[in-house]
Amino acid sequence: MNPAIALRDVRKSFGPTEIIRGLNLTVNRGERHAVIGPNGAGKSTMFHLISGRLQASSGVIELKGEDITGLRPYEINRRGLSRSFQITNIFPKLSVYENLRCAVLWSLGYRYAFWRFVDRLKDANERAEEVLEMIGLTARRDTPAGVLAYADQRALEIGVTIAGGADVIMLDEPTAGMSHAETEQAVALIRKVSEGRTLIMVEHDMGVVFGLADRISVLVYGQIIASDTPQAIRANPAVREAYLGEEAPA
Amino acid sequence: MTGMRYLICFAAVAVALLIAPVVFPSSVAITTMSLMGVMIIFALSYNMLLGQTGLLSFGHAVYYGLAGFCAAHAMNIIAAGKLPVPLPVIPLVGAAAGLFFGVIFGAVSTRRAGTVFAMISLGLGELVAAFALVLHTFFGGEDGISTNRTKLLAFFGYKFGPQIQVYYLIAFWCFVCIVLMYALTRTPFGRMCNAVRDNPERVEFIGYSTQRVRFQAFVLSAMFAGVAGALAAINFELMNLQSIGAAASGQVLLMSFVGGAGHFAGPVIGAIFVTFLQVSLSDITKAWMLYFGLMFIFIVMYAPGGMAGWLALHWPLLRNGRIVRLLPAYALAAIPMLGLALGGVMLIELAHHMLVQAASDGPQLSIFRIPMNGASPWPWLAALVLFAGGAFGVRAAWPRVADAWGRALAAPGTTKVNS
Repeated sequence: MNPAIALRDVRKSFGPTEIIRGLNLTVNRGERHAVIGPNGAGKSTMFHLISGRLQASSGVIELKGEDITGLRPYEINRRGLSRSFQITNIFPKLSVYENLRCAVLWSLGYRYAFWRFVDRLKDANERAEEVLEMIGLTARRDTPAGVLAYADQRALEIGVTIAGGADVIMLDEPTAGMSHAETEQAVALIRKVSEGRTLIMVEHDMGVVFGLADRISVLVYGQIIASDTPQAIRANPAVREAYLGEEAPA
Repeated sequence: MTGMRYLICFAAVAVALLIAPVVFPSSVAITTMSLMGVMIIFALSYNMLLGQTGLLSFGHAVYYGLAGFCAAHAMNIIAAGKLPVPLPVIPLVGAAAGLFFGVIFGAVSTRRAGTVFAMISLGLGELVAAFALVLHTFFGGEDGISTNRTKLLAFFGYKFGPQIQVYYLIAFWCFVCIVLMYALTRTPFGRMCNAVRDNPERVEFIGYSTQRVRFQAFVLSAMFAGVAGALAAINFELMNLQSIGAAASGQVLLMSFVGGAGHFAGPVIGAIFVTFLQVSLSDITKAWMLYFGLMFIFIVMYAPGGMAGWLALHWPLLRNGRIVRLLPAYALAAIPMLGLALGGVMLIELAHHMLVQAASDGPQLSIFRIPMNGASPWPWLAALVLFAGGAFGVRAAWPRVADAWGRALAAPGTTKVNS
């Protein structure tokens, strides 16, 4: 079976500066894959390239065996890839529930329909309720998303990402800025929502990375220097030197 | 349930439209209310862009005006050929024309949002206005295109000569358009418009093309503007270049904003209020445009949610009765506000009279029926004292208002539940 995501010799330059310098990455179906690396290594840029927010300068990006290089974000999303953002990126004036319902509409085939009432779409409402409960925001159902507490916004960010039922989920620093207790809750949520799907996440918290990931890739200066199981990554001398040297995992 | 609540709301709107001419039977009132009906449709269609989808257009009158001209020509053709088409279906011609031009211009302008969209809408508006000046056969030059609504096939015996019959025709279409435009906000498309308004970037990551959402909103909005334009052609029996230009586009923006773009009912309130002021103020003072500008600046600065936003702010307090806690502070602030307004009006009227009319009419004028001499310093001094004193008083009273608000909100039982 084709891998969920494959990047082959992907490059991305901003002007004369090459941020992604010949990146090769394979993410197998059904695995939880973490991408780690020092600040400025290009982790977020790599996410933007895969999800279509940025266009690669050269190279090939495949999603489930299909070439998605150069496609628009919504075209990639319709092929079953959904991502979250490092800086919360939700619909601030819409209620929590409305955020989730908007996120399920396309996948249920409602497209741009202006001839049916959204309140009467049984499957869309059921799915939105289901995700609402899963992310634990039932009590805040009708609150405008923009006034939620930070951790709740992060949970909603994940909810909007997974609501459409994409089978490849990308999370960009899902626990950034959270307290210890909030991080634990977020990890439990990520574990639950990624069940039976492929997960790729960028994360700085090594506890989260080594607790969740089946495989880990290390990105340094725009290249993957290692991609392996957590044990192998921990033992890898190149990784230790480049990245883990100063903050070895607990 | 909320569904029931909206049915009641629509029933109330229908009843209000039906009995309005009974309550205000004068011919001036019926003429004004006919215009209000047209403007309600126009402003609501504009707010599909501004309030619902977050698109600021400076050229919405293009679709209103072009559809109006098409409707006027259609009426003339139907009358000349004695075709079996009654007047009440003419707004459908306007809708088709609006849709047609919406598709053409929308394809060009909705590729981008934000400032680019606003600039393109302005450019298209100017383009069409300039084109209209040249194309005499279609736009009729300075005179415009006149038509006669009574020459069409009678509709169950009604020829729509009397204004009251036209009022009910407009009221019918107004009701239909209000219901349809409200219904649109409750569809998957309507919700995605709101999502595009809130955060266009994220929309692309949940499967939707923002450009397609904007285009569809633009086309539908132009279609409803077309209905309003056709009704205007029926109402005035004349379409001229003013209806297509930047001033008309600015006016519909003013209505939506003053009424409140954030609420569905906002543009309705704005259309009624602004039309009323236009009709009544232009009789009272020649400087009425200036008052409009000042009102717009005031709303933008102090009540950016518009009138509907201001009402919505007070709604929870009204429901649980805590509004009475605000009244003393409001009353206290109202006195200097009145002074400020009176002083401001006096200054404007004095200045306007002395600059524009005094040369021919002499320095005598009357403000609020009080005669005064604009060449004497005393009225000016009085106006200045009122204005400055009012401004000072408002500043002094403002902390009280803020304080009263704080206490009304902090009081127990101010949540949604009625205590």
